[in-house]
Amino acid sequence: MDSKKAISEEAGGFSVARLLQERGVSRRDFVKFCSTVTAAMALPATMVPKVVHALDKVQRPTLVWLNFQDCTGDTEALLRSANPTVGELVLDILSVDYHETIMAAAGHQAEAALEKTVKEFKGKYLCVVEGSIPLKDGGVYGCIGGKTFEQIAKHVCGNAAATIAVGTCAAYGGIAAAVPNPSGAVGVREAVSGATVLNLPGCPCNADNLTAVVVHFLTFGKLPAMDSHGRPLFAHGKRIHDNCERRPHFDAGQYVEKWGDDAHRKGFCLYKMGCKGPATFHNCPTQRFNERISWPVAAGHGCVGCSEPQFWDTSPVYRRLPNVPGFGIEKNADTIGLAFAAGVGGAFAIHGAMSALRKDKPAAEETKKEGEE
Amino acid sequence: MAKIVVDPITRIEGHLRIEAEVEGGVIKDAWSSSTMYRGIEKILKGRDPRDAWYWTQRFCGVCTTVHSIASIRAVENALKIKIPPNAELIRNIIIGIQNVQDHVIHFYHLHALDWVDITSALKADPVKTASLAASISEWPNNSPTHFKAVQEKLKAFVSTGRLGPFANAYWGHPAYRLPPEANLMATAHYLEALEWQKEVIKIHAILGSKNPHPQTFLVGGMSIPIDPDSQNALNADKLITVKRLLAKAQDFVEKVYIPDLLAIASFYKDWAAIGGGVGNYLSYGDFPDPVSGNLWFPAGIIRNRDISKLLPVDQQKVAEFVDHSWYEYQGGKGKGLHPWEGETEAKYSGPKPPYEHLDTTAKYSWVKAPRYEEMPMEVGPLARVLVAYVSGHKETKAIVDMVLAKLGVGPAALFSTLGRTAARGIDCLLNARQTPVYLDMLINNIGKGDYRIHANEKWEPAEWPAEASGYGWHEAPRGALGHWIRIKDQKIFNYQAVVPSTWNASPRDAKGQRGPYEAALVGTPVAKPDQPLEILRTIHSFDPCLACAVHVTDTTGNELVQVKVS
Ligand code: SF4
Repeated sequence: MDSKKAISEEAGGFSVARLLQERGVSRRDFVKFCSTVTAAMALPATMVPKVVHALDKVQRPTLVWLNFQDCTGDTEALLRSANPTVGELVLDILSVDYHETIMAAAGHQAEAALEKTVKEFKGKYLCVVEGSIPLKDGGVYGCIGGKTFEQIAKHVCGNAAATIAVGTCAAYGGIAAAVPNPSGAVGVREAVSGATVLNLPGCPCNADNLTAVVVHFLTFGKLPAMDSHGRPLFAHGKRIHDNCERRPHFDAGQYVEKWGDDAHRKGFCLYKMGCKGPATFHNCPTQRFNERISWPVAAGHGCVGCSEPQFWDTSPVYRRLPNVPGFGIEKNADTIGLAFAAGVGGAFAIHGAMSALRKDKPAAEETKKEGEE
Repeated sequence: MAKIVVDPITRIEGHLRIEAEVEGGVIKDAWSSSTMYRGIEKILKGRDPRDAWYWTQRFCGVCTTVHSIASIRAVENALKIKIPPNAELIRNIIIGIQNVQDHVIHFYHLHALDWVDITSALKADPVKTASLAASISEWPNNSPTHFKAVQEKLKAFVSTGRLGPFANAYWGHPAYRLPPEANLMATAHYLEALEWQKEVIKIHAILGSKNPHPQTFLVGGMSIPIDPDSQNALNADKLITVKRLLAKAQDFVEKVYIPDLLAIASFYKDWAAIGGGVGNYLSYGDFPDPVSGNLWFPAGIIRNRDISKLLPVDQQKVAEFVDHSWYEYQGGKGKGLHPWEGETEAKYSGPKPPYEHLDTTAKYSWVKAPRYEEMPMEVGPLARVLVAYVSGHKETKAIVDMVLAKLGVGPAALFSTLGRTAARGIDCLLNARQTPVYLDMLINNIGKGDYRIHANEKWEPAEWPAEASGYGWHEAPRGALGHWIRIKDQKIFNYQAVVPSTWNASPRDAKGQRGPYEAALVGTPVAKPDQPLEILRTIHSFDPCLACAVHVTDTTGNELVQVKVS
């Protein structure tokens, strides 16, 4: 893909490095930032110079951010991005031409700004989507400026160099798509066939992973390698359970039995309290949140599995996972994720099975259809 | 008559559309419509009530704690669970810093650009800016060098010719009135606030694992263990960090936000007579004392702007109407239903997209119309502050009187767009000063050897009665939030949230009474109908949060979802 070349051609001699310099970011901080994102992308340190070099060259690419059936949680995550000065600047200097939560313009002027970008930078801009897209009843469950989310997504994602679906809703339909999926919500890949889409699920997604994907795209001119759920391997290649700091307690059979008991205070394993770490592929234990302060297990609450497709219907928060076999850490989502989904499904009843129990026919049929796909 | 449509209303959470009729430069009538629907309450049916906080948290990622709080309170109310003092105090701290951070973000990042013309900041004299800033605050960053640096950054940004999120706005509009120096000062603080909000909200990461969407809430308490002798629990190290961050929060509110608010407000005093709205105010009160349960912020109702009388709140008197909303009641039109009896079926009857206009004489929004004794109510910081002020709440009275004196206006000025924006600052300062009090109480309690965080007795569903119902109230940043739940056979039988933006963004009801946004827009001047900056001012003064506002619950006799567990 030569979108990198395309992206960097347009902005007339204005490189990321120069802009950072003008904004008072020292070369040292810039290189440090490059090392951080290189580590976040799970690349070896030898790649740092390549990242530095690429970002030196890259010139002000355009990004538009679309909010659909969302809660704005991913936008908020972006605002707390863990590389406070530089990480944000990198997104800032991407020229964020459309983002309803932060942009000054409104109404027609906002729509005009979006249209201008799609026209002028056709095939060159990056698109980020937050929130699911309702397809039922002609898409009336989500409109902006009188147009449906589906119409907007087809137009904007369809003309983008690449789309990053942030959060579980944009990736897989998320909470709105849970049984009985009242609005017929789906993720971007399903709504806009043919678009180049990378999924960055999580509820919300980790902003550090978003920064890393963007930098990867700018550096290598393509999206990072993905698993069968469209997730980047650098962030979703390993199970939470395999990187968890409490794993020794799991192996030793030391479990929390009650909230606030001695084991809970000592930081023992949360498996019996419903932790979904053994069935979830994400880098939360290493990347953590809010500048690496914490993550759910570190704060005493089990993982809920928020980055797995259809987790909303498969994992009641406090229900213990059935029978966790000792998978080796070399396995990834594609080899054991499916087996697990089946196991979890059998235990908790997934999509189709659940809807079959409802008398609510139209909704049930629809859900079933979706479950079968 | 010219009809203006503003869609999308930006710098809010969610999807909001305003249609307004303008005559002679003034809004004659207005309609507020939410254009997005997910149906989360409908999805909740049949699930474990202990999970509801996690689901309802996804109503909104901006006010990212509020639905969790209301949800666990509702379940605890239904199951008659009394939580340990430490859990109550941790919740109070989480609530307090959420309010503080949210209000600052709203002021600088969502609302300020309605009053501040950043392009004018390019013309400012940094030295004069510094002396202006010094005259109102002793904030150390207010130096000529700092303001110059900000101006340089701004210049470099503008010179690229790509304004990104600042492109296509109403810059240069005649309704902007600040001198260049005030614009530069506000722009500098816009950037500082962006850094600040990331720092102070780390309190949620310490007590709640992350923000947005903290994950340590539990029915019956909190899941963050306490043990000064453990590195895996809330210990002295973490508590001191929380203390430091709370001090940082308070410092910024006192030395930057409040002085900026007063300085900007002094240029826009005519807005103290615009945007009044429905004139009825509702607050549920909040911050329970961990032992007595008494609320620090009082609950109450004010009617018809009559601040001589405070009325009590009765949850039975809340009802929702759908006569102008895209839902249908089985019992027909014209009736309101209490949330426990709430019955709602989505039924879109608006125009087929793509469309130009909604038919505002018929149904026109996904937001329902909640009413209290059949009357529309404004909720939010203004309602909260008014109720506290009228009830004689000491701390509130002191700050309100200070603000009114500085602006040289009387209490009646509060019933306005400007009053709403000022009340948010007052509320923020109150929270910034009160939250450290709860941290001290927590430290004190831990010092006495009390490490309890959770009431275990009713954790297992087997311990619950066959049927139970309850409600949970919370004063969220945007106002009175209530969750109502009915539990049957250990599962959610019915769930209903009546949230702040449902009250404020509501469309007309059966009697044709306007909702608060709609009422507030009537009479608002519009200098240039193709650049309706004034509409944004009044709408943003409410701090809309639309994803929260739209729900649906289903009690039409459908069989409950069965969750099969092996
Ligand atoms: S079950 Fe959860 S807490 Fe226990 S080791 Fe695995 S991921 Fe960590």
